[in-house]
Amino acid sequence: MYELFKNLAKWLTSGSQWAGTDGIAHRLAEHLQYSLLATLIAAVIGLPLGLLIGHTGKGAFLAINLASFGRALPTVGLVVLVFLASGLSMWPVYIALVALAVPSIVTNTYAGMTAVDPDVKDAARGQGMRGHQVLFQVELPLALPLIMTGLRLALIQVVSTATVAAYVSFGGLGRFVFDGLAQRDLVQVLGGAVLVAVVAIVLDLGLSALQRFLFRHRTAALR
Amino acid sequence: MIQFDAVHKRFPNGTTAVHDLSLEMPEGGVTVLVGSSGCGKTTTLRMINRMIDPTSGVIKVGGKDVTQQDAAELRRSIGYVIQQSGLFPHRTVLDNIATVPLLLGHGRKKARARAAELLETVGLAADAGKRYPHQLSGGQQQRVGVARALAADPPVLLMDEPFGAVDPVVRTQLQDELLRLQKELNKTIVFVTHDIDEAVRLGDRIAIFRTGGHLVQCAAPAELLARPADDFVADFLGAERGLKLLSLKTLADVPQGPAPEGGTWTLVLDEARKPLHWAAKDAEIPVRPLRDGDSLLAALDESVASPTGLIARVDADGVLTGVSSRDDIHTHAGQAHADARIAA
Repeated sequence: MYELFKNLAKWLTSGSQWAGTDGIAHRLAEHLQYSLLATLIAAVIGLPLGLLIGHTGKGAFLAINLASFGRALPTVGLVVLVFLASGLSMWPVYIALVALAVPSIVTNTYAGMTAVDPDVKDAARGQGMRGHQVLFQVELPLALPLIMTGLRLALIQVVSTATVAAYVSFGGLGRFVFDGLAQRDLVQVLGGAVLVAVVAIVLDLGLSALQRFLFRHRTAALR
Repeated sequence: MIQFDAVHKRFPNGTTAVHDLSLEMPEGGVTVLVGSSGCGKTTTLRMINRMIDPTSGVIKVGGKDVTQQDAAELRRSIGYVIQQSGLFPHRTVLDNIATVPLLLGHGRKKARARAAELLETVGLAADAGKRYPHQLSGGQQQRVGVARALAADPPVLLMDEPFGAVDPVVRTQLQDELLRLQKELNKTIVFVTHDIDEAVRLGDRIAIFRTGGHLVQCAAPAELLARPADDFVADFLGAERGLKLLSLKTLADVPQGPAPEGGTWTLVLDEARKPLHWAAKDAEIPVRPLRDGDSLLAALDESVASPTGLIARVDADGVLTGVSSRDDIHTHAGQAHADARIAA
């Protein structure tokens, strides 16, 4: 056991392991690129959907059920399915990751919108704001903390799951896991897994801190 | 002036909130809509700025049918204050007040300057402007709510139980402040409350509603108290409506004479001739000096508490001008009631 950890530490810290196109630095960059792009696409789809459902109150069942749908979705299965349907490309990976991220974004955006005090919305309308002004000047800013939480959760999930890119022969930190498995190189498998975990934790902490900073003027209930 | 003409409001669930309402709210006056919950008073108020549209009938503000106007533009031209203030928690106090000027496109700088001016108008310190609503007390938030409603200087102000959620002391302060503001600004105010004392205090006219959205009586407070239209109104006004009427009359006409000397009790003054207390051989009883502008009710209250049955009258500086007797106050109270009945 001790030996394993020693080898793992060596693997993670050796300069040669970080360099090159199959080195850690490059795989990390790929992994982040997949994750950020997938989350961005998911946000482009999920944010307007969540805002619309929250603002109009129509389609709430969708926002609520999407959450459980998201949890039940077998990501690897989806990758394989799309892979079989469309052939070898990044499409299966992105479709699976986006499908994974959209529910958290929609559900949290919707939750943030419904948490806005009805008295405040009423006052906004009563002062003469039009629908879009109520949405962008009052509801959206007040829902923003929960929206950001949704984006953060989505990103963390995507980062953890983006290893599947390697399953269909692409890069990212999953490369180490799948190559390690194929080569029966336990240290490499473990190294890849640890890196994914560290990236997820660092992003989570960083974004939480950003959120706390952005909403420092608000009461705990509104953060 | 605001006019309701045969206005009905039935909600989709079948309840009638307002039933055949015809009512005029005079320009530059405070009309208080009062009644227990579910009587349609808030619905009536919210139909004025089209937060709710009537099922039938016509509502006019300044002679123009409200349903013929763009709802958002109409609302910008009417001040609106709600219970719990409804301030935007993510905006500073100053930006909250600047809401309507910004919507009207006045520009941020001008809107903020106007907001700063209004902070003072409603009795808040200038540094409150940089704070966020949750950092203020309930009473201060309500003041900000009033300032926000006044920001674009609208001729009409709608107030929906604005002081309902603050404690009685602060509530009285806010009422005083509103009366002071109204003297200065002369707005057409429609004020909703379920508190009849608040209605009597603030209203030039009081409209009493009964469950089911029926307007029972609309009259000046004195008339209402002297001649309630029916038992419902009488019950709503409460058992002490005779005393409430006295709260509307001032002490000015009650005759006064010189303070008694040589009795058991004497009125002790300080060197500036301001009353200190009533004194007997070995006792002191506090005195509450009254000015001409104080109410007959306050005078009655003081005369009951006074050991001699006399009240101390003072001028604006607090200097003694004379005393009035319990009998004179009673006579005037009776006269006030008789006058109110005859006038009505």
